[in-house]
Amino acid sequence: MPTKRTLAAFAAAAALGLPSFAAAQEYTIGVSIPAATHGWTGGVNFHAQQAKERLESLYPEVSITITTASDPGGQANDLEDLVSQRNIDALVVLPFESGPLTDPVRRVKDAGVFVTVVDRGLEQEGIEDLYVAGNNHEMGRVSGEYIREQLDGQGDIVVLRGIPTVIDEERVQGFQEAIEGSDINILDMQHANWNRDDGFEVMQDYLARFDRIDAVWAQDDDIAIGVIEAVRQAGREDELFIVGGAGMKDIIRRVMEGDDLVPVDVLYPPAMIATAMDLTVQHFVSNGPVVGQYILGSPLITQENAEQYYFPDSPF
Amino acid sequence: MNRVVPDNKPVARSHASVDFKTWGPFVALLALALLGVLINPAFLGLDNLSNMLTRSAFIGIIAIGATFVITAGGLDLSVGSMAAFIAGVMIILMNSLVEQFGPGLTTILLGIGASLLLGLGAGFINGMVTTKGKIEAFIVTLGTMGIYRSLVTYLADGGTLSLDWGVRDVYRPVYYGHLMGIPIPVLVFLLVAVAGYILLNHTRFGRYCFAIGSNERVAEYSAIHVDRIKTMTYMLQGVCVALATIIYVPRLGSASGATGVLWELEAIAAVIIGGTVLKGGHGRIWGTVVGAIMLTMIGNILNLTDAISNYLNGTVQGIIIIVAVYLQRASWRKSAP
Repeated sequence: MPTKRTLAAFAAAAALGLPSFAAAQEYTIGVSIPAATHGWTGGVNFHAQQAKERLESLYPEVSITITTASDPGGQANDLEDLVSQRNIDALVVLPFESGPLTDPVRRVKDAGVFVTVVDRGLEQEGIEDLYVAGNNHEMGRVSGEYIREQLDGQGDIVVLRGIPTVIDEERVQGFQEAIEGSDINILDMQHANWNRDDGFEVMQDYLARFDRIDAVWAQDDDIAIGVIEAVRQAGREDELFIVGGAGMKDIIRRVMEGDDLVPVDVLYPPAMIATAMDLTVQHFVSNGPVVGQYILGSPLITQENAEQYYFPDSPF
Repeated sequence: MNRVVPDNKPVARSHASVDFKTWGPFVALLALALLGVLINPAFLGLDNLSNMLTRSAFIGIIAIGATFVITAGGLDLSVGSMAAFIAGVMIILMNSLVEQFGPGLTTILLGIGASLLLGLGAGFINGMVTTKGKIEAFIVTLGTMGIYRSLVTYLADGGTLSLDWGVRDVYRPVYYGHLMGIPIPVLVFLLVAVAGYILLNHTRFGRYCFAIGSNERVAEYSAIHVDRIKTMTYMLQGVCVALATIIYVPRLGSASGATGVLWELEAIAAVIIGGTVLKGGHGRIWGTVVGAIMLTMIGNILNLTDAISNYLNGTVQGIIIIVAVYLQRASWRKSAP
């Protein structure tokens, strides 16, 4: 069906004598991202839209198409449509899952398109021209270092993990390396699936089970929101502090206001999609080469620097 | 099984098996509780028990509604999305009412009223499309499930809707408060269960539900308004979802596309664990209550131990659910002719 429609569009364009797309020095960039089903992907959608408006007004010769998919299969279809219908020159893709999308992205690459992969790496090396990602390992390490420092190298902590994936694994690995050799004891780790309700329930159970908790590594700001409410309910705010992660506006605001319960946050920004789009456009408009890897840092967000990471209009 | 009579009148069967059928869920609950204590004595802590019961209130209240729908031979897959959607609308409405009425009782009562109306309306739609449109409940509610889920994502702009902080402070006690030492959600759960029990076992409406679930054709010939009764079960389900949402919103003060995911399956599981028959004709409210508590208890116990790999939580849950239903059905099957 899509091909038929494309043919019809071309036929119509030819009949009307419209100028061919390829003739002018114009660039079409396709952006394929997961639909806004979670807070973080909601942020990705918001920042992609912002970047599209900004880049298109800055560079009139660039046009950007954003597609969102709600599962890996749908995303693979999106990629085919972007190539066949939009005739894209570059693709910016944040893959739903690495495995199922490796081959569809490779086929886009084979069609001669400049490919930028964001956040989740593909399973085969050498497909993408540019790789933009946050650093999960560093995110875990920075969180661990902060907790280690605040507790002077000793204390009892609990950990709430995300959805069992490579991302979660890398973060936990980084965290454990950071506290290795200290007297910090992880009482337990349970999966809270980057979800508020799960965070609330797992934390309630930790609080019922352990009489003394010095710090909580929630790994994610959605989980942290649930943890905060559970701690408030138990009235144990003075006993511990919470370290989340990502950069959700609610949490950043607490950090800005100097909340003792949530003194810091660790950045893993959905705005990385904008970084990727910026760099991809630079490949066409700049005379500097844009290839390789661009790994964002995961800085500690403290009261002093929180303002630069605060986006009150973003849904995340 | 095609009895129209509710089960409080024991039929001529061996007494032991009838008892086990009725008490099966309770025995399973006790066994699970014993396991909990053995794994970690903190399980019996007053805080933990009250946390657990409070938590089970959401699924429990929804499952009581589902008991009616399933008993009357229907199915509602949309409850989780409906809860998320109602929570979203409630939050938006209350946030916008703050300017006019301030973060007081009026705002919250209006929010609660809107929630009940939405629940009633959503249930009415499910019921009407199922009965008048003559479409399978599975398909209708699968459709509305997708609709409500995407509507809440749309309302939240893909992110999270957050309740105004002023309103949150006033509303908070509805989840965190106590009355006579009992958490308010648990009280609501209990009241809904008692009301549901009376409605299902001691009213004409309840008997009609049993009759329709047993044999719709026969019920129709018996001059029962099948479409009307079935639609009413969906509306009852909607009200239950609204009630659950009313006590859910003050917990975290937020709603997003991730709210209430898979609640429909948990509610259905609670109903079945409790001894209600999935194909209809036989419902049991107290069983449903026990089923809901059991589901929450499994998660709670798994959080209280690190003996089992986190990756296997789903396996443990699945095994316990199947074993619980097997225990309850095994003796039943033997006694059947």
